[in-house]
Amino acid sequence: MTGSTRRHFLAGGLRSAGLVALGGLACDGDRPHAGFLGLMEGVNERFQRALFDPRRLAPELSEEEETAPEDFPAYKISRELPVAPAGWALAVRGLVARPLTLSVEELRRLPQTRTRVRHHCVEGWSAVASWEGVRLSELARLAGADPRARYVEFRSFDSGYWSSWDLESALHPQTILAYGMNGAPLQPEHGAPLRLYSAVKLGYKMVKYLTEVSFLPVRTGGYWEDQGYEWFAGV
Amino acid sequence: MPRSKQPWLIRATHWANLFFFVVMAGSGLRILVAYPFLGERGGAYGWYLLQGMRPPDALTIGGWLAGARHWHFAFAWLFVANALVYFGYLFASGEWRRRLFSPRRDARNAWGTVLHDLRLRKEAPPPVGLYNGMQRLSYTGVLAMAPLMVLSGLAMYKPVQLPHLTALLGGYDFARAIHLLVLAALALFTVVHVVQVLLHPRTLAGMTIRRDRIPEETQNPQETRIPQETP
Repeated sequence: MTGSTRRHFLAGGLRSAGLVALGGLACDGDRPHAGFLGLMEGVNERFQRALFDPRRLAPELSEEEETAPEDFPAYKISRELPVAPAGWALAVRGLVARPLTLSVEELRRLPQTRTRVRHHCVEGWSAVASWEGVRLSELARLAGADPRARYVEFRSFDSGYWSSWDLESALHPQTILAYGMNGAPLQPEHGAPLRLYSAVKLGYKMVKYLTEVSFLPVRTGGYWEDQGYEWFAGV
Repeated sequence: MPRSKQPWLIRATHWANLFFFVVMAGSGLRILVAYPFLGERGGAYGWYLLQGMRPPDALTIGGWLAGARHWHFAFAWLFVANALVYFGYLFASGEWRRRLFSPRRDARNAWGTVLHDLRLRKEAPPPVGLYNGMQRLSYTGVLAMAPLMVLSGLAMYKPVQLPHLTALLGGYDFARAIHLLVLAALALFTVVHVVQVLLHPRTLAGMTIRRDRIPEETQNPQETRIPQETP
C-alpha cells in the first residue's frame, strides 16, 4: 500500500465510522421517521398525548360559518372516483366481543350525531362543513371492544387507503363515522357511503370510502404515515 | 466585577439561534409551499398580496411537506430551549438593564439615530453604554416578537387542544398569518442587522472571538471594583 492509498483508505474508514455514528442523529427529510427527526416525532407524540383531553370538545360552529360546498376540497388517491362494491357493508372486527357487519340503513338506525367543526388539513388550509353520522364510541360499545385494544385501524376501497389511530382519539365524542355532509347524503367525492370524520385529527387521518374498522392491541401504520407523515397527527 | 461586553453565554445562544432560525424558517417555508395562501378555503385574505406565490425551493429545508414538518417540529424544541437559556441569563444576570429598550434613557437617542441615518442630522447620538437607542429598540422588538412566533405556532399546531390561545390569536387561519408576518419581520431585521454588522465589522469580533475582560467606560483602575449597576 502506498502512502497515498493508505491515507485514502484511512480517510474513507474514518468517514464511514463518522457517518455510522451520526446516523442515529441524522436529519433526513426523505426518511423522517428515522434518526433525530424520528426521535423527536416520539417526543412530539408524548407532548400531544399529554395535551389531549378526551372530554375537551372543539367549538361547534354555526351554519353561517360553513365553507361553500364547491370550496371544500375533495381528495382521493384512486385515479377514478372510487365506487362502493355492490352490497357494501362496514365490518367491525378485531379485539371485539361481537364482530359486526353494518349496512348504511343499519348505521342510520343507530343514534345520530351531527358535528360542525373546523377541518385542519396537513397542508395548512382549513374549512368547515357539518357531518352527520354515528359516533365511533357507539360502535365500540355495540361491538364490545376489548380494553386491551389500544389502537383502531381503518380500511377503505380507495385503492387500499388506510390509517390507524390511538384509541383515545377514536373514542372522542366528535369522532364519527359520517354518512351525511351539510344535511345531505354524503357524496362520492367526499367518501360515500361512509367516511371517518373527527375534530381532533388532521385530514389525512380521516379515511374515506370505509370498509373496515378494527380494534387492535398493536399500532399499525397508514397510507401517508408509511411514506413519512406523522402518525399521531392530532390538532 | 469586570464584565465582558458580550458574555460568552450571549454569544453562544446568539449563534445557536441563528442556526435554529435558519432551520425553522427554511422548513416553515417548505410547509407554506403546500398551501401558499392565507385565510380559510373560500375566504382568502384580501390584504395578503402574495396569495399563491410559492416560496422559492432554494430557501426551503426538508424537501417535501412531511420532511419539512418533521424538521420544523423537531427543531422547534431546540429553538425554544435556546431562547429560554438566553432569556434566563438575560434576566438573572441583570444584562437586560443595558440591553433592553427603556424609553427614558433611549427614546431621544433612538430618534436622533433615525434622523442621522436619514441624513437629517449631522452627528450620530453617542451610544449610551453598550448600544445606542435605536439598537436597543430593534433588539427589544425582536425579543418581543419571538414569543409571538412560538405562540402562533402552538395555536396552529394544537388549535383544538389549546382553544383559548387559538381564539386569542384570532383563530387558526389568523394565527397562521401572524406566524408568517412575524417571519417576514424577523427576516427584515436580519437583513438590516447584517448590513449594520458589515458597516461596523468590529461588532462581529465582539460577538465571536474578541476577549474583552476589561470593563467598558473605565476612567481609573479603582472603578473596576465598583459594581456596574451602582447608579
